[in-house]
Amino acid sequence: MNRRHTLSVIVVNEPGVLGRVAGLFSRRGFNIESISVGETDNPQRSCMTIVTTGDAPTIEQLTKQLNKMVDVIKVVDLTEEPIVARELALIKVNCSPAHRAEIEALIAPFRADVVDVGRNALIIQTVGREEKVAALVELLRPYGIRELLQTGVAAMQRSGAAGPVPVDKKEAHG
Amino acid sequence: MTGAEMVAAALQAEGVEVVFGYPGGTVLPIYDALFRYNVRHVLVRHEQGAAHAAEGYAQSTGKVGVCIATSGPGATNLVTGIADAFLDSVPLVAITGNVARASMGTDAFQEADITGITTPITKHNFLVRDVHDLPRILKAAFHIAATGRPGPVLIDIPKDVQNSVDDFTYPDSVHLEGYNPNLRPHMQQLIKLAALIKASNRPLLYVGGGAIRAQTSEAVRTLAEKLHAPVVMTLKGLGAFPESHPLSLGMLGMHGSYAANHAVLECDLLLALGARFDDRVTGEVASFAPNATIAQIDVDPAEIGKNKPVDLPIVADLKRAIEALLPLVEEGNLLPQRQAWVDRCRHFAERFPFAYDRTATILKPQAVIETLHRLTHGNAFVVTDVGQHQMWAAQFYPVDAPHQFITSGGLGTMGFGLPAAIGVQIAHPKAQVILITGDASLQMTMQELATVAQYDLPIKVVIINNGFLGMVRQWQELFYEKRYAHSEVVSIPDFVKLAEAFRIHGARVDSMDGLDASIEHALAIPGPAVIDAIVDPQENVLPMVPPGAPLSAMIGWWSKEEEEQEQQREAALYGGRLT
Ligand SMILES: Cc1ncc(C[n+]2csc(CCOP(=O)(O)OP(=O)(O)O)c2C)c(N)n1
Ligand SMILES: [Mg+2]
Repeated sequence: MNRRHTLSVIVVNEPGVLGRVAGLFSRRGFNIESISVGETDNPQRSCMTIVTTGDAPTIEQLTKQLNKMVDVIKVVDLTEEPIVARELALIKVNCSPAHRAEIEALIAPFRADVVDVGRNALIIQTVGREEKVAALVELLRPYGIRELLQTGVAAMQRSGAAGPVPVDKKEAHG
Repeated sequence: MTGAEMVAAALQAEGVEVVFGYPGGTVLPIYDALFRYNVRHVLVRHEQGAAHAAEGYAQSTGKVGVCIATSGPGATNLVTGIADAFLDSVPLVAITGNVARASMGTDAFQEADITGITTPITKHNFLVRDVHDLPRILKAAFHIAATGRPGPVLIDIPKDVQNSVDDFTYPDSVHLEGYNPNLRPHMQQLIKLAALIKASNRPLLYVGGGAIRAQTSEAVRTLAEKLHAPVVMTLKGLGAFPESHPLSLGMLGMHGSYAANHAVLECDLLLALGARFDDRVTGEVASFAPNATIAQIDVDPAEIGKNKPVDLPIVADLKRAIEALLPLVEEGNLLPQRQAWVDRCRHFAERFPFAYDRTATILKPQAVIETLHRLTHGNAFVVTDVGQHQMWAAQFYPVDAPHQFITSGGLGTMGFGLPAAIGVQIAHPKAQVILITGDASLQMTMQELATVAQYDLPIKVVIINNGFLGMVRQWQELFYEKRYAHSEVVSIPDFVKLAEAFRIHGARVDSMDGLDASIEHALAIPGPAVIDAIVDPQENVLPMVPPGAPLSAMIGWWSKEEEEQEQQREAALYGGRLT
């Protein structure tokens, strides 16, 4: 059964590593829904948050192949874990001056911000879980969306939880 | 010390006896250092040959093979050999030059992004951006290539990095955060395996190339004998267990023996040892080992359950795992069911061996290989190319020692043979090295005859000349209604004259009559020889499991009725004793 998985992949922070990881996905036929990358607290490491879908054997093979890469230090499947997962979206939406107040009222419950105002358009910024971002986009769609940019998910495990075991350790011995 | 000198010094520190390579503009500093440091270098005639020669060296010794090429075309010529090493888990370090850092990314003369190109076909690769990193990278490359599941590692060194100067201390060890192969078997899993073995009446060892890479043939043999379990081997596993041993059923898979494939169908416990359930082995994977509990030991966790779900996974170095397993299992030869199972397997091995028409007047390819086996007492290193002759070599030149049968299994690279044989002969100057090649395969890398001549390597090249891309012809005959699209080798060079052009002894044989004499002579002369054996162009490799079909669909030289009769007769003989 196909399922969405959020993987947190800690890699060495060197040029070319993103290309290697992305190449692994395409070459072995795994899909990527989103990928976001950034340096961690330790400048020698980056963290990639990868959202992918697949059945259990596919995800198992994917994590094993990731673990096999020399540049990959740790793979953690956050799917079953208590996490904070956020993505940022910038939405450029049509908006005549007459509609501005209406739109501002509309987005208020989403705690989204107007970050740029043009003569006939606004840029709205929202940060949140994917469902929230998607709901906001749907609400704005009737006004006419000119441009939409989403960063992809960044996910972090909540503090206080026991902490997930890296996938290699879990799987190595069945 | 310059970066180039660091390369030479690191090769010495790693105990590298020889490198295979071809010079060019961006590796001139390295070549100069090799020259000054007296590093032994074998000059090939095409960089593909350097990579395959390094593979032959590595596969026949268990050590890391090293090849060197210049940037651009030199580096891209290595690609086939690197891919070959990747699929056959051959420890290889490939060193390439590249244009100076300032020119990288500008499409400079002879610039190619070789790290980009080889990322999917290397275990790992490095682009050296700073000479300061070079000692660590060299150490890491050898470490990664040789440990865990071995494989090729490429180091790309821009020319100005080769010329940069820095302090040199070669590290004794290297710590890589993201690379730490798990070698130690999990005791709990071994205890479970021992229980499965104890409960099994019909265990079967399925041994792959991993057993050879793990240098563990002795332990495999002890295990097979202790369990009293028959053994089947993959093409790359041949030699991991002596084929002359009564428990050996030989090769399994598409062109495997009846006994081997039948044992897979009937076994109740399949123990995969360094084998990866390749499609050329399993046929239809769902029906592979249909009656068996499957246990798999492999050092690469990603191989476990990749193609076929397994019941008991064990991630470990194969040697350590088998050695730790041995004290946990009991002697199996005392169990009547085990004996019945071994008897049944042996019965099939004797009733349906590899066979061909020995009464034919035309020279049969299998006869050439059998004769080679007889006249070399089964002791030669056998290197093959890819095609029908490769399968006949696997079938009719049984080997008893690991590292003895060297072939391109995973990638199936025509042209592998001659350069690989060069690597084997360089590694074992006194050994008898036989190359069994095809009229077409040889033409892919035959310029290496010049290398053979230059270093006076006493390789005996035996061309199974059927005038066809024989394996292609066979598939066209069987699966494309005999439409032989471009599989006839219309213009074959005169291989005898070709050999002579390289100042190598050449001889032709086209009947059983001259066969012994011609091979004996070639073996007797001190230097290299080429024998052009003109064989039956219509001969097919049998048995054969059609691609994607279950192993039970094997086509043999026997009729289905004969097979059924034999099954019944056999069931009457041993059936009662099997459970
Ligand atoms: C580089 C490469 N190209 C194409 C193939 C496909 N192929 C497999 S076997 C074969 C024919 C080999 O002919 P030959 O060397 O004469 O051996 P034979 O099968 O006749 O014994 C071909 C073309 C291959 N394996 N490798
Ligand atoms: Mg041929």
